[in-house]
Amino acid sequence: MSTYTNYAKTALHTTVAGLAVWAGLYLLLTGRGERFNVGGYLLRISPYMWGVYGISFCIGLSVVGAAWGIFIAGSSILGGAVRTPRIATKNLISIIFCEVVAIYGVIMAIVFSAKLGAVSSEGGFSKSDYYTGFSLFWGGLAVGLANLICGLAVGITGGNAAVADAHDQQLFVKILVIEIFGSVIGLFGLIVGLLVTGKAEDFAGVI
Amino acid sequence: MNEIYFNADAGYLEGVVRGYRDGLITAPQYMNLTQCETMDDLKLQLATTDYSSFLQNEPSPISTSTLSARCTDALVAEFQYLQQNSAEPISKFLEYITYGYMIDNVILLITGTLHERDTHDLLEKCHPLGFFDTMPALCVATNVQDLYNTVMVDSPLAGYFRECLSAEDLNELNIEIIRNTLYKAYLEDFYSYCQSCGEPTASIMAELLKFESDRRTVNITINSFGTELSKDDRAKLYPRLGNMYPEAQTKLARTDDMDQVKAILEQYGDYKRMILGANMNASSDGTSGSDMSLEDIFFANEVQLNKDSFEQQFHFGVFYSWLRLKEQEIRNIVWIAECISQQQKDKVNKYTPIY
Repeated sequence: MSTYTNYAKTALHTTVAGLAVWAGLYLLLTGRGERFNVGGYLLRISPYMWGVYGISFCIGLSVVGAAWGIFIAGSSILGGAVRTPRIATKNLISIIFCEVVAIYGVIMAIVFSAKLGAVSSEGGFSKSDYYTGFSLFWGGLAVGLANLICGLAVGITGGNAAVADAHDQQLFVKILVIEIFGSVIGLFGLIVGLLVTGKAEDFAGVI
Repeated sequence: MNEIYFNADAGYLEGVVRGYRDGLITAPQYMNLTQCETMDDLKLQLATTDYSSFLQNEPSPISTSTLSARCTDALVAEFQYLQQNSAEPISKFLEYITYGYMIDNVILLITGTLHERDTHDLLEKCHPLGFFDTMPALCVATNVQDLYNTVMVDSPLAGYFRECLSAEDLNELNIEIIRNTLYKAYLEDFYSYCQSCGEPTASIMAELLKFESDRRTVNITINSFGTELSKDDRAKLYPRLGNMYPEAQTKLARTDDMDQVKAILEQYGDYKRMILGANMNASSDGTSGSDMSLEDIFFANEVQLNKDSFEQQFHFGVFYSWLRLKEQEIRNIVWIAECISQQQKDKVNKYTPIY
């Protein structure tokens, strides 16, 4: 099984590298080298794109983090509960902490998407619109990444808490304290997201 | 980074195995067991443990061998639950654990066939965890070449026979050599497989397998005093891993008596501490002057290493450790049962405590 994935990986890497080299040499050797302009490309991206990318990262990465954490904690809880059924109800707290991470993502996505709107001015996008686009992108990415890592942390600690609780009841509350510290990371992401997009105004166009 | 994807395949089973570990008999329960007067009392006390469902249908005057067989059935049932619910990385690991039992079964069948025992009796005595498809066909083999070509080449043990094929025929001494050579190849293979599993499985299993290898080295040395096994043959049986590989193994290959073995063991800090209060005679009958024999010390150290592997989560070592601890528990129960049934209550406390 692993040899096939290795073959597939090598094939993929070779294809991508080959295409990149071919495209680069084509542009260079036909005198069109200046068309490869990363800075110019970035400047031409519309603020809609930046803003909506940010919102997608926000909700997408948060949900990945929450789901990852839930499966890590959940499988350990299931395994431990086979012999010690009493742990099942108490350890749902770990699952709830992971779920909260996804809720942070949803809240921020709603707050961010309130700033979106169609621009119908003849002058195009204003400088304030560009600022809104950029701040939504980086704010959303901050929230998404923080929630991803938070979900993982809470999930791993939740798994530890489940097996420790199955062995000795008094350990649960002590490990829960560690979990709470872990879930605070997601809250930090939320706060930073709000701060970064705090001064961004809704899309309005050149007035 | 192992923690973020370990639970995808083995999280449930790890929780289950930790539950099994929580069911091991603790010190207060051992106290109760040692104070039983008869086998029926013992059976009553065991009804509060995980063995209850296997013992309750036995008719009342229960013998030690039945007790041992039923306890082993409990162990096998638990292990087979794990195997049946396992997926790829963990199922390979559990299979590797069963290869050790397969080797024992193969040797049992060959020895029994040599002494012309009945096939069905032999198959009943085989350990259930080491059962593989072509095992019953072993009873027709008469020399190692036949054995390999007809039976073993399809079994998981095929690779371990490479070093044995030079043994010409199957007599008593050669069978022991075959057993030890197979087990040596198995340990080395298991070790390299665990190293390929990544951290923390690699380091925890390395600890356990190295100790197993050291222990086998010492046992082979001690058991070969006074036999016709040459020193070179003895050196070929030592597994090529462990703290004693390679220097102490070359020294041990040339020793002739227990004092030299003791001197070599004392060069290792861990073993020096362990053999401090020991009776270095090979038997484990525990005569009055000393506390523990060398075998008992090795068992106690193995129990300690296996308990330590439960301190970390998200690795495969817990499956191996639980199995070893459970076997030790069954040995303890059988010891206590023998002491009770033979009315030798003064030796009843010489089991190896676990928790």
